[in-house]
Amino acid sequence: MWGLVDQLFQVGFLAALVRIATPLLLATLGEMLSERAGVLNLGIEGIMLIGAMAGFSVAYFSGNLWLGVAAAMAVGMVMAALHALLTVSFGLSQHVSGIGVTMLSSGLAFYIYRLVFGQPGQPPSVTAFQPLPLPGLSALPVIGPALFSQHALTYIAFLLVPLSAFILDHTPWGLSVRMVGENPHAADSAGVSVVARRWQAVVIGGGLMGVAGAFLSLAQFNAFTFGVINGRGWVAIALVVFGQWRPWRCAAGALMFAFIDALQLRLQASGLGQHVPYEAFLILPFLLTIVAMASVSRNAVAPAALLKPFRKEER
Amino acid sequence: MGLRLEPRDHASAWLNLSLSLGAVLAALLLCAGLVALAGADVGTAYAIMFESAFGDVYALTETLVKAAPLIFTGLAVTVAFRAKFWNIGAEGQLLAGAVAGCWVGGFEGIPTPLAIALMLLAGAAGGAALALIPALLRVRLKVDDVVSTLLINSIAYYAMMALIEGPWKDPLSGYPNSPPIADSAWFPVLIDGTRLHFGVVVAFLAVPAVWFLLRRTTLGFAIRAVGENAEAAAYGGIGVTGVLVTAAAISGGLAGLAGINEVAGIHYQVMGEISPGFGYTGIVIAMLARLNPIAVIPSALFFAAVMTGAEAMSRATGVPVFLADVIQGTALITMLVALLFTSYRIRRTGGPAGVGAR
Repeated sequence: MWGLVDQLFQVGFLAALVRIATPLLLATLGEMLSERAGVLNLGIEGIMLIGAMAGFSVAYFSGNLWLGVAAAMAVGMVMAALHALLTVSFGLSQHVSGIGVTMLSSGLAFYIYRLVFGQPGQPPSVTAFQPLPLPGLSALPVIGPALFSQHALTYIAFLLVPLSAFILDHTPWGLSVRMVGENPHAADSAGVSVVARRWQAVVIGGGLMGVAGAFLSLAQFNAFTFGVINGRGWVAIALVVFGQWRPWRCAAGALMFAFIDALQLRLQASGLGQHVPYEAFLILPFLLTIVAMASVSRNAVAPAALLKPFRKEER
Repeated sequence: MGLRLEPRDHASAWLNLSLSLGAVLAALLLCAGLVALAGADVGTAYAIMFESAFGDVYALTETLVKAAPLIFTGLAVTVAFRAKFWNIGAEGQLLAGAVAGCWVGGFEGIPTPLAIALMLLAGAAGGAALALIPALLRVRLKVDDVVSTLLINSIAYYAMMALIEGPWKDPLSGYPNSPPIADSAWFPVLIDGTRLHFGVVVAFLAVPAVWFLLRRTTLGFAIRAVGENAEAAAYGGIGVTGVLVTAAAISGGLAGLAGINEVAGIHYQVMGEISPGFGYTGIVIAMLARLNPIAVIPSALFFAAVMTGAEAMSRATGVPVFLADVIQGTALITMLVALLFTSYRIRRTGGPAGVGAR
């Protein structure tokens, strides 16, 4: 037992936790932004997948990882724009449109990957992002190697938490995003273009989802595989609920999930893995996500206009 | 001159049919670009798809065999969505049904009719039981059903894999498959030399049964009333919670039957690849059928043809088989756009463009 506790506080474990939290953080913030404007984006799982594919492919052929990240962001924005067109401009069901976007994005990701790379015995790979130790900070004991010897994208993801909190709470744009998510008619009366603001939130959110996918194929792993997202998009949607649509709480949720995920990886590798089927460990994060949702959903207050299309003439 | 969208209060059957057909055609047209991108001739590729799905008797039976689980999952989603229970979990419920039914089918010495009946019951019960979890989470704890059903799909898959790689692994073959069901539990094959089995008949019989349920029974009326306006239904004396939970159980039961269909009709055991996403395709099928159980049949046949046809087309032309997935996603989106025409009609207006738009 003490061996386990010791392991948890090892530097490697903390570092793994922070790394695992990164794509979840990016995806959760993207989904949160979209939902704060009143648009549920169930396309997230597929957008992350096509982001992972686009990011990997572009990095593979250009040799430039950051170009891959940019491509993933662009593709994520395009797929999210499709969702915005259907739900914001046409006022169609956010549920069905999101599932459609996930199916289409996943299908396209598989199709294009197979078209480009064929079916090689060994999946093609790139030299993944290397950790970027921050000068000075990375020399600190324990937290230095754990927190400050991470990927550049990890620093960006964690900086996005205070940034998105600031933007939502303290900028006119952020206020108008919250307004169109809570009371679009009031926002409209105040001269805010509901359609434009929702489009912006959904598309920027999609960009973050795309980058989340690219982190998986370019930093956490160094290749694209069909199961690379493996439900992380759905988990992100649950984390937004768990995080009560607030950036800091969403980040806490992502860290909590990452803790469980890092823990199950450790447990699999530990002696316990010989007695318990590995699937039990894989189930654990999903199960606890449901438990987490169940514990907060009763009192969760979603943005009032979430799922509701806005039509000017209808009040 | 301008165009304006006008609310429409009634959509005729003809309109519904032409919208679904239009959506399918639009999806095939859009995907033609991808076929061309792969360097294949679009006409040839689609012709091969059609040929290999409907070209001869054997192809036709293969399409019917693929359509059977899709009919079940399409009906499962239809019932759930009618009640606005967002069951995205048909995939997991299918697996639960397959496991439960396969376990019952494994008992030797039960005469065929009884074995099949027990297996169908167990499959439906397995799927229903799994669907009850998100339903109860929603009505008791307000947990969003979309997210919970999606997460439970992953849990169901890993739980099934843990069983067939662990305690339930077939001791004879050593592969990660369950032991086979008893010979007496196999669905009889209807035409020698094909795989057309009894389960296809059950699937086609389930269609009028679900139609009857939704259209001619009190429960069906309650399900539709809750789906259309839960508050009004509650005001009218309908127990919304009970109706939602019942609809979820029926939906899960139908998805579970899809699992049994694959176990008792095709594989005779549970294996990791038992469903290539039948549960998710069920969503597209139900939407394309406009949540009408009868229309689930042509809708399921279309996607069964796409699935069987895409494999042959891929072999012949080198176009990736994933075209089938892209067609599914595109069709769901084009159908959604087509729905615009059921609630609005486009009218020309006399004034300058834009004036009518207010």
